[in-house]
Amino acid sequence: MNPRPPAIRTKAETALADSFAHASASLPGGDAVRGLRTRAFDVFHERGLPNRRVEAWHYTDLRNFMREAYPIASGASVAPASGLRVIIHDGVCTLPSCALPVGLKLTAMRDALAGASDDLIHALFPDQGADDAMVAFNAAMARDGVLIEVAPGAQIDATIELSFTSSGDAPHGDISRSLVLVGEGARASIVESHAAPVKVQRNSALIFSIKAEASLSHVFETCADSPELHVSTLIAEVGQDASFSSLAFVSAGEVLRRQAFVRGSGERAKIALRGVSLLKGKQHADTTLVVEHAVPHGESRELFKTILDGEASGVFQGKVVVKPHAQKTDGGMKSQAILLSDDASMYNKPELEIFADDVVCGHGATVGQLDEDQIFYLMARGIPRVQAEGMIIEGFAREVLEFVEDETIRERLGAELSGWLARRAS
Amino acid sequence: MLTITDLHANIDGKEILKGLSLTVKPGEVAAIMGPNGSGKSTLSYVVAGRDGYEVTEGSIVLNGEDILAMDAHERAAKGIFLAFQYPLEIPGVTTMTFLKAAMNAQRKQRGEEELTTPDFIKRVRAAADKLGVSQEMLRRALNVGFSGGEKKRMEVLQMVLLEPKIAILDETDSGLDIDALRIVAEGVNALRSPDRSFLVITHYQRLLDYIVPDSVHVLSAGRIVKSGDKELAHELEKNGYRDYVADAA
Repeated sequence: MNPRPPAIRTKAETALADSFAHASASLPGGDAVRGLRTRAFDVFHERGLPNRRVEAWHYTDLRNFMREAYPIASGASVAPASGLRVIIHDGVCTLPSCALPVGLKLTAMRDALAGASDDLIHALFPDQGADDAMVAFNAAMARDGVLIEVAPGAQIDATIELSFTSSGDAPHGDISRSLVLVGEGARASIVESHAAPVKVQRNSALIFSIKAEASLSHVFETCADSPELHVSTLIAEVGQDASFSSLAFVSAGEVLRRQAFVRGSGERAKIALRGVSLLKGKQHADTTLVVEHAVPHGESRELFKTILDGEASGVFQGKVVVKPHAQKTDGGMKSQAILLSDDASMYNKPELEIFADDVVCGHGATVGQLDEDQIFYLMARGIPRVQAEGMIIEGFAREVLEFVEDETIRERLGAELSGWLARRAS
Repeated sequence: MLTITDLHANIDGKEILKGLSLTVKPGEVAAIMGPNGSGKSTLSYVVAGRDGYEVTEGSIVLNGEDILAMDAHERAAKGIFLAFQYPLEIPGVTTMTFLKAAMNAQRKQRGEEELTTPDFIKRVRAAADKLGVSQEMLRRALNVGFSGGEKKRMEVLQMVLLEPKIAILDETDSGLDIDALRIVAEGVNALRSPDRSFLVITHYQRLLDYIVPDSVHVLSAGRIVKSGDKELAHELEKNGYRDYVADAA
């Protein structure tokens, strides 16, 4: 590696590099982890903050969005939550105090890293996304997070909550890396929420390893006071006959980059990625997916809907890769956006890379305004324009929310959607 | 009931209606027939209040009140109902949600109490049963995946529930087979009453065998060029619109 790579040149990049230099000796993990962190940092150091010359980040120029890197919080534990809720506060894990369901084990990542097995290290630092500068920086710097282990065959009915919060003192950065291991035939669901009372730059990574015949559903949601800048990485490996579904509900935050690297590594793995983004003001939200089918008979579905008002900008980049032996892959990807204002913009970029010849893969991407014919139809029935527009937008977004299995979460997200529309109308 | 006087209307700077006058009395079923491009659909949109049409001259008066300045939703609350030629699909909005929103939006504008849920459901059930609209259809997103016949039956269901003073049927027969046409016509006929009028817009005489009009008007090049009774429809069926197209030109 080049000790003085040319890419590091902005003030923020220098600050991030300095923070690693200061922290590296005290980061948890043995020699193997230390070696991985150093290599990961080299990746970041070589590339610097992602910018528009990096294709995967073309529409989200982080070098521009992150002129200044806030100091990374050292963090401390907080009071444990009463329910089945893990708190990641300033990047530091606090486990719940309640008794856990049978088959579920929770460990703070800082503890898991001390004396981690090779398997755990391998799972926590997968190759997927490792070339991405922000994933690399996360790997280098993450001090904590949570390790969630679901024993083979365990059926966890209660939803595991992962609540990311921040202290309210001064602008800061926080970094965490969490791992979810779902054993063979097990089933669990996780909901991840992100709050931040002050200006926070967050880099969170959530890694899933889903073994054969297991099933995991995941929901990501923003809170009213979300981080100013958030890079959220999701990495998943889905085994034979296993299923993984992830749904994102984005309605807050200033700059959000959600990137998912998902691989179907066992036959008949089922992958479903969906999302609704409600953006206004100067909000910017980027959803970038890399879905890889490595073996035959895999299935993937992606459905993303974006509603943009004001000067908001949205990005959808979805890449489905079908490897040479992944015959009979069944893939379908759709991204639809509605622009409510002339100043809003949406970048839609679906991509298919297919190296097998016997597959069914399709994609569709649309960007449009509200349909005046639909509005007139509702108005001709007595519904005023603003209410008619609201109904159409709500219906558009609800087509995604219908996929949320947990009724409580589905209703909560539905209420947030209605609230967003009501605020728009008022 | 409805009095249209010397109506001129443009869309995108092109004049489509060129001095149309028409009176529909309470309880009357008036049929508007005309060749393609004569302005039939424009007439229905302009009366219902669709944005984008510019009325340059004339008036539309409903029960003594000029409605031209009103938005479409206000006209609906005043009792104008347009049954669409091509009903729109509204993904993600269930038919029940839509029906309730429409009924209550009209009631609210008229200063009436909103319907209670049990009262609403009772009304929908009763009307749906008569029209052969299944509960399953009511639970689905509005018109999404409905057949042509189902969509038209849904239009009639809305008409029954919204109890308009004047209903405009815009080419309601298009895309319907004979059985679906009969069901739709029976639904309309059941609504005929001395204080409700209909404006039946159609290209063919066929629909008028099922919904028998009191008067028939020929629309050509944006004006009513001939009015008569139901015999006029038969005459048009036999001779076509040629005479009237020539007249207008």
